[in-house]
Amino acid sequence: MSDTTTPTAANTGNVDEHAATASHESDAPSEDHAHPSDWAYVKIALALAVITALEVFTYFESVLDWGVALVPSLIFMMIVKFYLVATWFMHLRFDSKLFGRMFTTGLLLAVGVYVATLTVFEFFA
Amino acid sequence: MSAETATAGSVTTSTVDADNHGEDHGHASHATSTGLSNTKLAMWVFLGSECLLFGGLISTYLLYSTRGNGRTLPADVFDIPFTSVSSFVLLMSSLTMVLALSAVNRGEAEAGRAWLLATALLGAVFLGGQVYEFTAFVREGVGFTTSPASSAFFTLTGFHGVHVAIGIVMLMSLFIRSVNGNLNQRNSETVEIVGLYWHFVDIVWIFIFTVIYLIPVN
Repeated sequence: MSDTTTPTAANTGNVDEHAATASHESDAPSEDHAHPSDWAYVKIALALAVITALEVFTYFESVLDWGVALVPSLIFMMIVKFYLVATWFMHLRFDSKLFGRMFTTGLLLAVGVYVATLTVFEFFA
Repeated sequence: MSAETATAGSVTTSTVDADNHGEDHGHASHATSTGLSNTKLAMWVFLGSECLLFGGLISTYLLYSTRGNGRTLPADVFDIPFTSVSSFVLLMSSLTMVLALSAVNRGEAEAGRAWLLATALLGAVFLGGQVYEFTAFVREGVGFTTSPASSAFFTLTGFHGVHVAIGIVMLMSLFIRSVNGNLNQRNSETVEIVGLYWHFVDIVWIFIFTVIYLIPVN
């Protein structure tokens, strides 16, 4: 089996030796075994923990006043956490793009519909 | 297995010898028109639709977050340090979930069971924290019908809590299947499907924690 695959997932530097193909650039089915090593998952979890700590840090204004940067910073950190969980833990990085498209379609539809709704109700005014 | 038949574990094409595939990679599989697992595709479509559900609930809270009918707002009684710990617990449950799948994929049944149980326990801790938070809110005079803001808050976080509870039930059913010897590499896709659901619940909380708890209400 291994001779039939290409180690594209190895570009993470954290892929098991038995890990095989991950078709990043196509809809073609990708190799289920192209999952990262456990240590790679731990590293992602550590990154998530650090970002969460940073988020909580913003709550304590007595330590540092983030001013107008507060909301953009929080949203940026939230998106990074979202991306890390979706791509690594949910394997969107390694699976068929079709799965990601199905999810992204629902997500973008939701964002579009509800941003429009909030705008209509002058939430951002 | 020849080059023409290389496929994903949960993914098959009509050219695949299903029996060999099962032996080589430990996944029960069958041909689909897309070459992808229908179950997995269905779960992704379901998760996409869930974005609309939670988007509606979050938007409703954002619109009503300042409408307290002159009474205490939920945002006034948030206990951010406590909720931060809860968030961290749920975040780490995503790690244990993915480690469970990894162990099952490697055929390590005991490790898989341990990680599944750890995930369920962390989920239960998160739920316990949510029950504690709700109780504290009610003691502070913020009940479900106190104001539009509190109704929207309890509906949103309650719906999320129900999702966590359903996830725990699914995790425990996987654990029992594993104990009975019915969970192995051949049907590891079941673990992956439950894992997708669990990670989604985590993602939703990532959103709720930032937008509802951390961004100040004007």
